[in-house]
Amino acid sequence: MEIIELIKQPWPWYIAGPLVGLTVPALLILGNKHFGISANLRHACAACIPANIPFFKYDWKKEIWNQFFVLGILLGGVIAFSLLTNPNPIQINEDLSKELATYGITSINGMLPEQIFSWESLLTLKGFLMMVVGGFMIGFGSRYAGGCTSGHAISGLSNLQVPSLIATICFFIGGLIMANIILPYILSL
Amino acid sequence: MTTNNNTDFETRSLDTMCVNESQLQHKWYHNIKYLVVGVLFGITFIKAEIISWYRIQEMFRFQSFHMYGVIGSAVIVGAISVFLIKKFNIKTIYGENIEFHDKTFNKGQIIGGLIFGLGWAITGACPGPIFAQIGTGATVMIVTLLFAILGTWVYGYLRNKLPH
Repeated sequence: MEIIELIKQPWPWYIAGPLVGLTVPALLILGNKHFGISANLRHACAACIPANIPFFKYDWKKEIWNQFFVLGILLGGVIAFSLLTNPNPIQINEDLSKELATYGITSINGMLPEQIFSWESLLTLKGFLMMVVGGFMIGFGSRYAGGCTSGHAISGLSNLQVPSLIATICFFIGGLIMANIILPYILSL
Repeated sequence: MTTNNNTDFETRSLDTMCVNESQLQHKWYHNIKYLVVGVLFGITFIKAEIISWYRIQEMFRFQSFHMYGVIGSAVIVGAISVFLIKKFNIKTIYGENIEFHDKTFNKGQIIGGLIFGLGWAITGACPGPIFAQIGTGATVMIVTLLFAILGTWVYGYLRNKLPH
């Protein structure tokens, strides 16, 4: 039983990072698939609302593996959450917890602050900006950039692609601007 | 309407990872193996808290090494794997050659990259983690997912008018 107890603890980066990295050769060797998750959002458009847009006119059924993959990620979330739950409260940086407290975010558990990411707050300005506008930017930006963290930062950098390095740097600059400059205003709403 | 031969080469060069070059036809259940990889990947996401909004905030505030360690070691392991696959010409389990496509630079990687980064820091999620977050019972993230799909669609709709 000890190993289960060990698995339930938060995994350190030097375990998780290599596992994420191994996804790249696993998908290649299993069937010549390139690790890139945001493409499934495009396949969803191609399958449901192609609307005669050239960008969505392709044989999405050939890409069905990606939908299986993300369904697996969802199931992995269910399994990890229900069977492998960390029994201890989540640890976060003290400065971050102090900063969040100034916005009234005091209930720190799980993966997301439930005071923001909930159905109740969806129709508040703060919730709308964070869940709806944020989601839109993820989808629009990743497709415009030709990939997301998996396609560019992991897969592209693994293949030493300069455009992926540029994209990764820009992901990071965008994140720095949001977290340090814009988000404080949104969280204060 | 779907086409078997995608002749939109510009689309392909912008987004090669979307294209499955395999000519082999498999029954649907061959895709189960990708589901299994996804499950392991999703568990890793949760247990290493890669999908945690708090970890993403710590990363962008330079308050924790965790995410840098995860992404950095993932890239190193991925790069060594790709190097070995190329060097030893490793084939897929079906005996096919493993193909790599060079990406070409365009302005989208800068403009789109910045927009994506803004969204990443605000939601604490990228397209993969959204699914894992939904799996942990954060059902409201389905809304975020739907708007990410809408964002993708709007990009496709406006694509010819956007600078690349």
